[in-house]
Amino acid sequence: MSSTHTTTTGVRLTRAKRLDYASLVFGVLVLAVLLFPLYWMVNTALQPSAALAEIRWLPQTLDLSNFRSAWNSQADNLLTSILVALGAVAVCLALAAPAAYALARFRLRGARTVVFGTLITQMVPGIVVANALYNAYVELNLVNSYLGLILADASLGLPFTVILLRAFMVSIPEEVLEAGMVDGANRFRVLLSIALPMSRNALITGGLFTFLFAWSDFLFALTLNTTDAVKPVTLGIYEYLGAHVGDWGAVMAVATLSSVPAAILLVVAQRYVAAGISGGSIK
Amino acid sequence: MTTTTPTPSPAVRERSPGTAADPGAAARRRRAVSQWLFIAPAIAYMLVFFSYPLVRNVVMSFQQYTPATYFTGEAPFTGLDNWRAVLTDELFAASLWHTLVFTAGSLAGQFVIGMALALFFSRRFPLSGVMRSLLLLPWLIPMVVAGTVWRRVLDQETGVLNEALQGLNLTSGAIPWLSSPDFALLSVILVNIWIGIPFNMVILYGGLQEIPREIREAAVLDGAGFFRRFFGVTLPMLKPVVTVVLVLGFMSTVKILDLILALTNGGPANATETLGTHTYQLSFLQLDFGQGAVVGNVLILVSMVFAVIYLRANREGMAR
Repeated sequence: MSSTHTTTTGVRLTRAKRLDYASLVFGVLVLAVLLFPLYWMVNTALQPSAALAEIRWLPQTLDLSNFRSAWNSQADNLLTSILVALGAVAVCLALAAPAAYALARFRLRGARTVVFGTLITQMVPGIVVANALYNAYVELNLVNSYLGLILADASLGLPFTVILLRAFMVSIPEEVLEAGMVDGANRFRVLLSIALPMSRNALITGGLFTFLFAWSDFLFALTLNTTDAVKPVTLGIYEYLGAHVGDWGAVMAVATLSSVPAAILLVVAQRYVAAGISGGSIK
Repeated sequence: MTTTTPTPSPAVRERSPGTAADPGAAARRRRAVSQWLFIAPAIAYMLVFFSYPLVRNVVMSFQQYTPATYFTGEAPFTGLDNWRAVLTDELFAASLWHTLVFTAGSLAGQFVIGMALALFFSRRFPLSGVMRSLLLLPWLIPMVVAGTVWRRVLDQETGVLNEALQGLNLTSGAIPWLSSPDFALLSVILVNIWIGIPFNMVILYGGLQEIPREIREAAVLDGAGFFRRFFGVTLPMLKPVVTVVLVLGFMSTVKILDLILALTNGGPANATETLGTHTYQLSFLQLDFGQGAVVGNVLILVSMVFAVIYLRANREGMAR
């Protein structure tokens, strides 16, 4: 009785294992097809411009001249992107953290309406915001300014971060927060010294996504700037594409450079990224 | 969504209007004010960056903007002129149509492929986790970059796609993916499907994980085949997640602008002009913000329908 049991288990195991490998192969195939354009981007960037007349599936030599010229033209823009994205993260977290805390912990009349409104804001098309914002910015002298772009880009992550943080803070046990109030600490102190440290993961996720949204922003960069004073790399690549159409090696090198944050995030902060995509939408 | 149970608690009772004689009423009111101060900055910000643009766009759609407006500051009200001009323009009808085709095509492709991949990845096999996260890359890179990369891949003369198709003898000549009005919209949809697959996959995968194993195993024991299982058990149980995915997908697709600008700039021959790019062209290239606002308002109206669906789906989710 027991021997037949083991054999059937054994058979099932090998069959399962074979299925495993079939899945693995199929998975690699899917991955190869879907990531091919990105491979092609790097491949093109690594070939000298002269070699691009014919299709080379692999770079023959590691030619970094495209990256050198991309860096020379885009280093300033990359720096602008970093500054603007970090600024947007700072603004977003500073506004979202107290709001999410209050929406999660205080029993305020109208709190539901605020949550509802926050959800709705995610549906306002960016071009509609830009249309009105540009005109307001002209009046306020915010066109072509870092502050203007940072404030606009922070709007890309704020609703998402409020919803995400609130969902997290609702689940903190009340006793933990009350323990901090025994010595007479006020609610703000509790937020700073207890609730925020406990919400670290949600804060990281919200911050990462705000950074990513701001880094990827093209619309506000395009519409709220009329000079080259504040030019993030998304705008840089768009103009570069117009000016260097045909010189694919250089354009693809810029594209590769501007994908670096996404690649880093994927390696370093994988679990936050997955949590952010699902958490920000369903919760 | 986390359940916010409406059970009466001490704090709720506290809110009920106190009589004037109640000595604690003033203190409570003071506390409510100090509590609202936590939310006030975020609300103020959202009012400025979301509500104000909505209102301002409606007002702007009745105003006449010209390049001179920025010197004189004058944008006179002209009644329905902008609306009449935009709505009778053939390009508007074309943009609306392209937007609908682009959105429907993108959603269908993203959802079907995303769902297939979610089902595939919910069986455990070596490296499946690593592969799932690598698949996120197309969604994580900036859309302008994705558009630029695909412009290279789809290039009629030097693009690798045409080279491969011809090498495999699948097509006789080079297909003008982005340079012919017959193909451009299709190409833009295909690229956007590529961008949206990871998002659909991740959320649907999450939904699949929530379905208790026993239910699917029971269906297997009952002899239900793959398709019976999928349409009879999995899909109905996934319905709330599916609604959210589709509505969020709609919301983000209907307003896409950067991808189209990078790929085709709305051309050739306006074949890929959508409500989003049309707003941009009118406002920022022709500097007629009034007419741009009209198209923007139509875009909002279209989005609004789906916002309602989203919120209803979300409320169901909250009640769970």
